[in-house]
Amino acid sequence: MTETFYEVMRRQGITRRSFLKYCSLTAASLGLGPSFAPQIAHAMETKPRIPVLWLHGLECTCCSESFIRSAHPLAKDVILSMISLDYDDTIMAAAGQQAEAIIEETIQKYDGNYILACEGNPPLNQEGMSCIIAGKPYLEQLKHAANHCKAIISWGSCASWGCVQAARPNPTQATPIHMVPGLAAKPIIKVPGCPPIAEVMTAVITYILTFEKFPELDRQGRPKMFYSQRIHDKCYRRPHFDAGQFVEAFDDEGARKGYCLYKVGCKGPTTYNACSTVRWNGGLSFPIQAGHPCIGCSEDGFWDKGGFYDRLTDIHGFGVEANADELGGKAALVVGAAAAAHAAVSAVKRARSNGGKE
Amino acid sequence: MSVIQTPNGYSLDNRGQRVVVDPVTRIEGHMRCEVNVDADNIIRNAVSTGTMWRGLEVILKGRDPRDAWAFVQRICGVCTGTHALTSVRAVEDALKISIPDNANSIRNIMQLSLQIHDHLVHFYHLHALDWVNPVNALKADPKATSALQIATGPNHPKSSPGYFRDVQNRLKKFVESGQLGPFKNGYWTNPAYLLPPEADLMAVTHYLEALDFQKEIMTTRTIFGGKDTHPNWLVGGVPCAINMDGELAAGAPINMERLNYVAGVIDRTIDFVENVYIPDIIAIGSFYKGWLYGGGLSGKSVLAYGDIPDRANDYSPKNLMMPSGAIINGNLKEVLPVDLRDPDQVQEFVPHSWYSYPDEKKGLHPWDGITEPNYKLGAKTIGTSTNIQQLDESAKYSWIKAPRWRGHAMEVGPLARYVVGYAQGHPEIKDQVDKTLAALGVPLEALFSTLGRTAARALEAQWSAHKQKYFFKKLIANIKAGDSSTANTEKFDPRTWPKEVKGVGFTEAPRGALAHWIRIKDTRIDNYQCVVPTTWNGSPRDNEGNIGAFEASLMNTKVERAEEPVEILRTIHSFDPCLACSTHVMGPDGEELAVVKVR
Repeated sequence: MTETFYEVMRRQGITRRSFLKYCSLTAASLGLGPSFAPQIAHAMETKPRIPVLWLHGLECTCCSESFIRSAHPLAKDVILSMISLDYDDTIMAAAGQQAEAIIEETIQKYDGNYILACEGNPPLNQEGMSCIIAGKPYLEQLKHAANHCKAIISWGSCASWGCVQAARPNPTQATPIHMVPGLAAKPIIKVPGCPPIAEVMTAVITYILTFEKFPELDRQGRPKMFYSQRIHDKCYRRPHFDAGQFVEAFDDEGARKGYCLYKVGCKGPTTYNACSTVRWNGGLSFPIQAGHPCIGCSEDGFWDKGGFYDRLTDIHGFGVEANADELGGKAALVVGAAAAAHAAVSAVKRARSNGGKE
Repeated sequence: MSVIQTPNGYSLDNRGQRVVVDPVTRIEGHMRCEVNVDADNIIRNAVSTGTMWRGLEVILKGRDPRDAWAFVQRICGVCTGTHALTSVRAVEDALKISIPDNANSIRNIMQLSLQIHDHLVHFYHLHALDWVNPVNALKADPKATSALQIATGPNHPKSSPGYFRDVQNRLKKFVESGQLGPFKNGYWTNPAYLLPPEADLMAVTHYLEALDFQKEIMTTRTIFGGKDTHPNWLVGGVPCAINMDGELAAGAPINMERLNYVAGVIDRTIDFVENVYIPDIIAIGSFYKGWLYGGGLSGKSVLAYGDIPDRANDYSPKNLMMPSGAIINGNLKEVLPVDLRDPDQVQEFVPHSWYSYPDEKKGLHPWDGITEPNYKLGAKTIGTSTNIQQLDESAKYSWIKAPRWRGHAMEVGPLARYVVGYAQGHPEIKDQVDKTLAALGVPLEALFSTLGRTAARALEAQWSAHKQKYFFKKLIANIKAGDSSTANTEKFDPRTWPKEVKGVGFTEAPRGALAHWIRIKDTRIDNYQCVVPTTWNGSPRDNEGNIGAFEASLMNTKVERAEEPVEILRTIHSFDPCLACSTHVMGPDGEELAVVKVR
């Protein structure tokens, strides 16, 4: 473990030039200015690779699928040159006992010094046997690996919140990582979303490796850099919300003009994620741009917060709906009023959610 | 310890050495496999077990049917979208909703892009390491590798000796670092690997190229569905409205710029599949064509529902561009029609699954399905309830049910579709298959093998790549003719729905025939049942003792080293198992299971 990222990347045929380009892209994707690129380069040149055990519980593998879609850095470069992905049952060559031996070997060699990446969650019902690894409950493998790790990354909404298998009535008692009874007290970083955005996943890894620390987390344990604003806050359709211009039904005139999807159920106003800024698949699009309301997939318990096509206010009643309905018909005339009304509603909403949670 | 004859023609002998593979890796989800090998290392008994379940069907009860697609889409993030499409079709069938032509074209492009992406990623990133030895690639001569590339895939631009030397150097340094990452503890000295170093180097190079390229294939779904994995769908059509030259078109979901992006992706995908994926299959196949194990049920009993409706709203076999039908008892001369509404055709059995029925001798049609968990290990199990050393296959041993078609265990998937299509004389499929057999110099029988399954998947990716283009042209032509419609919202409001209805939706998922059955009562989901491809293929024994497709495919295979399960992985992987799909079911009230006793 004396090799640095830079040495490894160079040895593996990555040129100095593309290495520096990679550093500046990393700086950009982390929302840092260009002046940070040399700092990242310096870190990569002097710091060693870190082993990662990537475990899978009850899940659908959408997080792994998202991860391999990362445009910058490429998944290939993360796996070959940045981390040492020693265990990941979705892609590893070894199976059975040869696979399980790797976990023990990693614990022996890197006790307290590897990252535990969790995709999915363990079920607690049925003695844990509705998720079996090597004849035993997944819960055991998870707790064992957690005992010896440096820190835990909870990938996606399953590991972070429970997600679909934990939706009412949660038949298997699927339990998010931070709530697993008896789990060693290790730092946990949640990267929610179903799945999380690929470039957010790789940026979180890169940040940890580069700065040798977790990014700053919010009260819920999510990196502030990607989860501190609502999708609604930076949505390109936001001006239509402010102007009272709404899609009333799918494929109507408003839908074709890219009006606001709030009235057909958009959860953007209550969802904290980077979809409207980082966007998806190399910045290509995001659900709202493709005409579907946000379903709030990075929020805790989003499956049980009412229908995806029901207006938010039907559930939460924070008072936007009255404005939206009133303004829909006379949009052009009352743009200023709408914006003001919205600002006031947003302020109230902020105050309420702060008051409720702090 | 005994020898058992199964009605579907297998002689099961569990007296030899028991080999356990748990976890089976490089699959979606969690699975266990146990086999017995005889003194000559030939597999004489096979037991496949689904080792996870999540309970999505019961979670769906009482929900809004228009939301169901999002829940069931999370059955699987690998075949992402196919469950969602199946779900909106089931709801549309129940409520008699027809969708616009553009929605049909866009859905087909999305579904086809999944076939291509899934097949390609499966081959290179889940399956290739069963055939390809990356360590052996270090011995390759880059010049000879270049010559091999030019001979097999002449139209692929990345073919110079220098290119392969660079990749080899990167690989060499990676291996020398001692940190092998995903390649760690592989079976790299096993004689089951047959490729010369040059073919290994070419394949490893394409492993990396495919990892880079795959992320582009599915961007068609990012354009139409907003994100990938897990794009968005809509009952009644698609959510992406079209605005070609109207006011504010730039901010519309679909405009000229968006369509140009899709067109480019479709063309580059055809190039990659034809210049890299197909040539690799032929190249690798030519070294393994003597290894024709793993046919299992593929030459006997195969099932396909069909998919990719040419015209919107017509799901009859003649309008479906992917074949549908069933073949039983190896009679390729007769393809039988499949009716998903007929209570006597598709039925699920549970005598060897961790569920209970009032009468376990009988199967149940999905509209009347019962899913009551009953996790109980047999008397001959070795180990404890939470530390299973060896399963007892004479009792219950899997979280997967045993679906049967008219009582027959069936194989589904790309090979099943291609066998059905070939038997029907489907001209495109016949042409592809005949050319591949000729290129490899093997008879039709070679198709019924592990290699045949892997080859059929590649051919289907190629077919799908061209059909994407067909539907893109169709979409453009329809818009040009003045139709920009993408959704029918006439019945989107639940207040317009009848009090009680039922429906069925189906697709051909990448892994095989998939159907969802729904009952809607008072605008809410009353019952929802999915029978998925890996439930068919990964099925345990049924009431009559018939073994399922995974199990059948392992029978009589010779393994080089019992302690290194390369051959088992190779054949199981050829089905592209998806365990989260197969084991999503759960009891009606989510009650805890009885405490397990090993007797």
